[in-house]
Amino acid sequence: MSTPEFSLWIFLSSILAGLLGSLTGLGGGVVIVPVLTVLFHVDIHYAIGASLVSVIATSSGAAAAYVREGYSNIRIGMFLEIATTIGAIFGAWLTTRVPTHAIGIVFGVVLLYSAWAAVRVQEHAHTTTPPDALAARLRMTGTLPVPGGDPQPYAARRVPAGFSLMFLAGGLSGLLGIGSGAVKVLAMDQAMRLPFKVSTTTSNFMIGVTAAASAGIYLSRGYISPGLAMPVMLGVLGGSLAGSKILVHAQVKTLRIVFATVIVALGLEMMINSIRGVL
Amino acid sequence: MQVTDQKLEAAIGRMLQIGVMLAAAVVFLGGILYLRQVTGPGPDYSHFGTGVAERFRSPAEIVSYAFHGRARDIIQLGLLILIATPIARVVFAAVGFLLEKDYLYFCISLIVLAVLLYSLLHVA
Repeated sequence: MSTPEFSLWIFLSSILAGLLGSLTGLGGGVVIVPVLTVLFHVDIHYAIGASLVSVIATSSGAAAAYVREGYSNIRIGMFLEIATTIGAIFGAWLTTRVPTHAIGIVFGVVLLYSAWAAVRVQEHAHTTTPPDALAARLRMTGTLPVPGGDPQPYAARRVPAGFSLMFLAGGLSGLLGIGSGAVKVLAMDQAMRLPFKVSTTTSNFMIGVTAAASAGIYLSRGYISPGLAMPVMLGVLGGSLAGSKILVHAQVKTLRIVFATVIVALGLEMMINSIRGVL
Repeated sequence: MQVTDQKLEAAIGRMLQIGVMLAAAVVFLGGILYLRQVTGPGPDYSHFGTGVAERFRSPAEIVSYAFHGRARDIIQLGLLILIATPIARVVFAAVGFLLEKDYLYFCISLIVLAVLLYSLLHVA
């Protein structure tokens, strides 16, 4: 395949990955890495390098829209970014120590979890009980805009549990070149008992900073190849921006189930390839 | 000027958008040149070996090669702008917290900034 032909195929696949990632809420990275490795036989190190830069692009590109909704919490995000960035550096360091097939297996597990998390989406009733002592000292409170009603106050709880999960989210992001939004939402929504909307929008804000922390290390290790990252970054960014426009009009529930099935298939394929040693 | 969290977040959102658009434009320009400059069989990404060439790896080298007119160097400059965008966001937030006189979160932002700069500037 010639370079323009190869670039075009990668570009088209990346648009699809971005679209898929944005419609399922999983992010483009989780989709593009298995596509590059399984379908195009790209070495996983180049794949996660290209994926990581596309993750920064989609997170930052979507931020303005999320801010307008008024759900994201800048303080909670910033504090937890201490955990995700340190975790990301640790994860990026691990990619040079862990054998390729192990990365592939971990990736497969994360894909299966992400698919499950995307289908499950359950909103628990968040409590309006006062924040615990640590959350209060860190001013992790806010108000949730309610259409046609008074803003509803919320407060974070169980900060250490959330912080630990964020370290894990950062580690996975650095190891696999993904945004790991699913784990970030888990940390805020389930562990810290923040409202679901606050968790998802704040998570999106954090993804770019987390990815930037491992991107520096990826760059110096030579994972970020301009010829490959160019079509991936432009495609994923375009696809996810289009996806966020469609999202407003689409029947999301059915889409989620269809796409989750695709993700499960990719995840299993990746695990099988890793075990057979052909990844 | 009264700095509120709402205004700060809106400003940060806009800044991120500008950074991404700029990065995407530079990558796109480099990409067009790349497709015109390359000849012969496509590159092989199936074996990692030691990774990409040295000049694509450090911020200082990327900037110094970017204006020589070679396509892949221009793409890499765009990617560097992209990586720098969230870092600029943290700087922005730090200044905002300082203006709000929220010294606790000013310090928290500086910690995050230190981690990011360590990653980007340390020599592996």
